[in-house]
Amino acid sequence: MNRIAQVIDQFGRSVLRGVEEMGSMLLLLISAIGWMVRPPLKLRLIFKQMEFVGVKSIFVVLLTGMFTGMVMALQGYYGFRMFSAESLVGSTVALGMTRELGPVLTSLMVTARAGSAMAAELGTMRVTEQIDALYVMAANPVKHLIVPRIVATVLMLPLLTVVSDFMGIIGGYFVGVPLLGINEGAFVKNITKYVDLSDIYNGLTKAAVFGLILALIGCYKGFNTKGGAEGVGRATTEAVVLASISILISDYFLTAIMF
Amino acid sequence: MADNGNSSKPMIELVDIHKSFGRQHVLEGVNLTVEQGKTTVIIGRSGGGKSVVLKHMIGLLKPDSGKVLVEGTDIARMGDRDLNEVRKKFGMLFQEAALFDSMNVAENVAFPLREHTRKKDREIMEIVRENLHSVGLPDVESKMPSELSGGMRKRVGLARALAMRPRIILFDEPTTGLDPVMTEAINELIIRTQKDFNLTCVVISHDIQSIFTVGHRIAMLYDGKIIEYGTPDEIRASRNPVLVQFLSGNLEGPISIL
Repeated sequence: MNRIAQVIDQFGRSVLRGVEEMGSMLLLLISAIGWMVRPPLKLRLIFKQMEFVGVKSIFVVLLTGMFTGMVMALQGYYGFRMFSAESLVGSTVALGMTRELGPVLTSLMVTARAGSAMAAELGTMRVTEQIDALYVMAANPVKHLIVPRIVATVLMLPLLTVVSDFMGIIGGYFVGVPLLGINEGAFVKNITKYVDLSDIYNGLTKAAVFGLILALIGCYKGFNTKGGAEGVGRATTEAVVLASISILISDYFLTAIMF
Repeated sequence: MADNGNSSKPMIELVDIHKSFGRQHVLEGVNLTVEQGKTTVIIGRSGGGKSVVLKHMIGLLKPDSGKVLVEGTDIARMGDRDLNEVRKKFGMLFQEAALFDSMNVAENVAFPLREHTRKKDREIMEIVRENLHSVGLPDVESKMPSELSGGMRKRVGLARALAMRPRIILFDEPTTGLDPVMTEAINELIIRTQKDFNLTCVVISHDIQSIFTVGHRIAMLYDGKIIEYGTPDEIRASRNPVLVQFLSGNLEGPISIL
């Protein structure tokens, strides 16, 4: 009996902690939005983050996108060949990339690269009192540190997703047409026939939402770091895990709403 | 350094401050007056809440109960906007200097000026150079904080704290972790800047030598309360057993080691 009570107690505690954390994240978001609309906008800081989140992620996103498209073509060919529909490989790759894999994989890569860095950097600033120093100098850390990161990530993720979508389709093309010998005309025609502009738009909208999620979680975890170097490590890990899970869960619901 | 003149106007008053973190009751009714134009040193055990007291003075922490009066206005229940105005009167030197490590030395010192003034870039750089010079650090402007030694970092931190010409400076253990010569240099710097700018200073320290060279007033924090307050001479002459043991570093006495 005691054991069961203990388990329930533990479970209740973690649920409460989760709800509490979601609440404080929401409050952080509200305060960030409040500071976003209050001038002066720190353009220099936003550009710096855009470079870090966007420009410096291009190469990873390019590679992930291309190889995903390539492997999709390979797998799709295997399936479609069974009922002689090889010409649909191109549109399958294109639809898969624009609707789903482009935004999700890009967000996951950026989470690993930039979301973790946000948590680690803000966490270090917290434990070395740099965040307190901002308060003391009457400079709000939400405005200086969190707003630029959120704005930059929300703007850059759709752009990175475009790169990923494009590279995926190109990768699929190279595997499908020259390597597997699918008819080039049918491959390209089916892409334009079956991929709607709304598929691309909705994918990019998803990417922007994922950008908000990963930046918010990275900043929140870093901003609330406690306990020295160990705390910074913990914050970074938690940020990456929580952001990745949240992206995948919200992906389901966004997809259900959009398509 | 001792100054037995009449006490001057209060700059900061802490009135019956209580503060707990979880179950730990750190401050149990702190009453302390910081006089204008004087250096007040707060001494006490490591982890005894000295930094907590200092953070209350500038609104980084809010008391569970009690008042924090800065020139007569209570900042404990103040909104962010008003609090920021009050904070512009302050400069603070953190324990590890808390320089922004994404910026070089010049940008660090320029930061508050860029935030709160509309001065031209050239003017700002002029002030930066002047401030770095006054803390004895020319030629480091383009270095990153990670390239500096602990003592240099603290001096840059002081230059940054001075940039806005504040009237109050808070020092969180300015000499901890420095060698004796550097300790003396920092103490000299505190005394000189205090005099030059007629500042009100609050210094946290447990370096007995520094206490008496730097302080006009000394307050001992023990068990969450200020148990002694006075001029250095009065503190030296005090018979309070806690203070006697603290100053002599004796293992025997009312302060338990555990």
